[in-house]
Amino acid sequence: MGSSGGRLFEGADWDFQTLQRVHDACEKIARTELGLDVYPNQIEVITAEQMLDAYSSVGMPLFYKHWSFGKQFAFQEASYRKGLMGLAYEIVINSSPCISYLMEENTATMQTLVIAHAAFGHNHFFKNNYLFKQWTDADGILDYLEFAKGYISACEDRHGRETVERTIDAAHALMSHGVDRYPGKKTLDLRAEEKRAGERRQHEEAVFNDLWRTVPNTKHKSKATLTVERRRALLGLPQENILYFLEKTAPRLAPWQRELIRIVRHIAQYFYPQGQTKVMNEGTATYVHYRIMNRLHQQGRITDGNFLEFLQSHTNVVFQPEFDDRRYSGFNPYALGFAMMQDIERIVKNPEDEDRDWFPDIAGKGDVEGVLREIWSNYRDESFINQFLSPALIRRFRMFHLHDDPAESQGIKVDAIHDERGYRRVRRELARQYDVGFVDANIEVMDVDLDGDRRLMLRHTTVKGAQLNETDTRRVLQHLADLWSYDVALTEVDGTDKVLKEYVVSPRAAAVAA
Amino acid sequence: MVMHIVDRRLNPGSKSLENRQRFLRRAKALVQGAVKKSSQDRDIKDVLEGGEVTIPLDGMDEPRFRREGGTRDMVLPGNKKFVEGDWLQRPNQSGGKGSGAGEGDSEDAFRFVLSREEFVDLFLDDLELPDLAKRKLAETESEGLQRAGYATSGSPANISISRTVSRALARRVALRRPRKDEIEALEAELAECDDDTRRRELLTLLEALKAKAKRIPFIDPIDIRYRRFETVPKPVAQAVMFCLMDVSGSMSEHMKDLAKRFYMLLYVFLKRRYKHVEIVFIRHTDRAEEVDEDTFFHGPASGGTLVSSALVAMNDIVRTRFRPADWNIYAAQASDGDNMTSDSGLTGLLLTDKILPVCQFFAYLEVGEAANYTFDMPDSSLWTLYERLRNDGAPLSMRKVSERGEIFPVFQDLFKRRTTSQERV
Repeated sequence: MGSSGGRLFEGADWDFQTLQRVHDACEKIARTELGLDVYPNQIEVITAEQMLDAYSSVGMPLFYKHWSFGKQFAFQEASYRKGLMGLAYEIVINSSPCISYLMEENTATMQTLVIAHAAFGHNHFFKNNYLFKQWTDADGILDYLEFAKGYISACEDRHGRETVERTIDAAHALMSHGVDRYPGKKTLDLRAEEKRAGERRQHEEAVFNDLWRTVPNTKHKSKATLTVERRRALLGLPQENILYFLEKTAPRLAPWQRELIRIVRHIAQYFYPQGQTKVMNEGTATYVHYRIMNRLHQQGRITDGNFLEFLQSHTNVVFQPEFDDRRYSGFNPYALGFAMMQDIERIVKNPEDEDRDWFPDIAGKGDVEGVLREIWSNYRDESFINQFLSPALIRRFRMFHLHDDPAESQGIKVDAIHDERGYRRVRRELARQYDVGFVDANIEVMDVDLDGDRRLMLRHTTVKGAQLNETDTRRVLQHLADLWSYDVALTEVDGTDKVLKEYVVSPRAAAVAA
Repeated sequence: MVMHIVDRRLNPGSKSLENRQRFLRRAKALVQGAVKKSSQDRDIKDVLEGGEVTIPLDGMDEPRFRREGGTRDMVLPGNKKFVEGDWLQRPNQSGGKGSGAGEGDSEDAFRFVLSREEFVDLFLDDLELPDLAKRKLAETESEGLQRAGYATSGSPANISISRTVSRALARRVALRRPRKDEIEALEAELAECDDDTRRRELLTLLEALKAKAKRIPFIDPIDIRYRRFETVPKPVAQAVMFCLMDVSGSMSEHMKDLAKRFYMLLYVFLKRRYKHVEIVFIRHTDRAEEVDEDTFFHGPASGGTLVSSALVAMNDIVRTRFRPADWNIYAAQASDGDNMTSDSGLTGLLLTDKILPVCQFFAYLEVGEAANYTFDMPDSSLWTLYERLRNDGAPLSMRKVSERGEIFPVFQDLFKRRTTSQERV
């Protein structure tokens, strides 16, 4: 079989040579036609059972042990066995080399689709999107996970499994508030991170001297009481990264507990971009596989039958149920992302007058791949939708905006629809749904009562009147108090600083930090 | 660019097994409750099959800060008839957005599937084998050696060289014993030195050092440490289970079935505690024989009833094949309670003198017909006999069973973990 022009495979069967040929053919199209720039690929073939395993460790090839992953696994296994849930065709990991897991039971066509989708689409996005560049370290992640796994199991040996588990439970509860949302002074380097942790430990061991324990405490110098501003500046307040704050300032945590919090925090940070780029990431990958598969078909490298099989899966993937459909559960990121990418292609190639008005920068520019690559690099879901959702697409999806004010007795108001008056409002609201600033509650550490009872004070600034769920909040605060080892107070305020609700939680007797 | 293909299919699976075990350990109390509940309405065979259990999510939740209520804005696809300014009815009181909702509270119970082992583990977890030390036989139990630190005395073969040398080193450093190269350096200097005063100085210094080196030995007897060993009793890791059953004409299929279920449970239970479990089936009418399992439960037999014959047979087998020092011996006898009156004396004697002293545990299960009348009837001859023996202090466990459903409670009752293990029944 020739390297170009000939069929890549016949029928549904494949072997490793087939995968290699498919990869090479896809790579050629990806590089020359689409101009993609990807990490080296590593393709791993796994069984359904292994796929299920991977699900429960957030898709990573290795991860530390924790009961919550077991719970997730038990849950997923039960629903998989009952046939409630199908498995993904593939999992792809933002690492260098970029690892794609392929299920062994996929047909040759599906493997081609998956390679085009994951090994080129997602891969390019991971390598080039600014969020991933800024927040993740693809070279270091696997080593760091390895380190984290080893460190946590070493901690378990030293300090007991339950103690370690309690700390991780607490850190997990605060995981969504353990990310930096704004770029700091330096980028993350997980390899150096791992080395530093080791050095810190070694240093501790090297300078350990039991004699210090016996030295009588010197009298504290009477220190001038800090002014509020000075204190808050010293503590780096207000701080929205609660885990960071705990790691640095919680008074009674053991060094290893700080390291655990740091690990959870780093992992949360690693996944932070993925949550902000679902539509773009899937849109990019779907668009790339669509282009590659079409080209392969044109070149005669896959048969009409294979191509039909591909079209069927592709159509399933980009299916968007309407709001009154039983299957509807929000926008399908594949559908929305793919539709927007195709729409941009149309605008760049054959714009209409409306498009020229709305998108003067790209309309009719001609260079589809260049425009798309630029977009893939510099946007996240919110800004992408805010910028590039076109009236044509709003019409095609027949989008409408509902405004539900509980105080309004008349019901839910249809605020905007797909018409001239509504385009901008629909687009703005949809973009807002993808804005992390709105998705996560805005909770900040405000102050610590250093002169008094060391109470930690948090503030939740509510948006549009949505308050925290009380049961869950008490539980999370309990975890937080256990780490902080003193009382924790949370105040919910609205935009005008009016206090809506207050929580105060004390640490448990058998607290995490003893 | 180079691409690697890795075949992971042959990698060991169940990477998440440990996470699963952690989860089960954490949810133990809840899962156990669920297992007990689901085992009530199952057959024994099925009970040990594993299967789906449902537990409440209490204590297993992973709380997050999440918000609810407030004004909500949403953009939906698929508008068909709405125009701007329309008002829609709220779907229900809570004001949910229809199909899009469903986060959070919906997940209040948690279902998942347990494997057979997990199920049995949890099911038998709070049961305990009667922890009777092997009475009278304790001294013949085999013993093993175990390392237990260091001692200052011992046999030369047990000298711990590394420990000794490191102690000697510490002592030499502490006492500042001159090092060999120090002395050698001085000697070299002496050999090359021409200045007399310096030579004298060096000589005295050298002598002092050498004297000191002599006073402080390289290895002193106080440095020597010996590896210490302790003897620990080695538990006997094998067990034999004797199943004794009356197969005379009065035993119906139903009764045999009850007995079989009890034996099965006991077997599963022993199997978990001992590496190696053997089963001996002894059936008896007016004479006893050792048979295989199939014959035991299904083989036809007829005749009178002499319990003593079975005990004699068991005693012989124990004597010839299962040395009590090497085996944990468990016996379970099932019978409808009939026995020749003339046999009582011999049975009692055999039991108290021969069988019970070598057994870890002896259970008597009196099986009755499905209709509950056994309990209204006067106690059977065997029951009366055994009860008398027990009152005299013989370590016997006895229960009456007439329904399948009772097997489990009876079994659990027999092996329930007790704080003091002397009193059963």
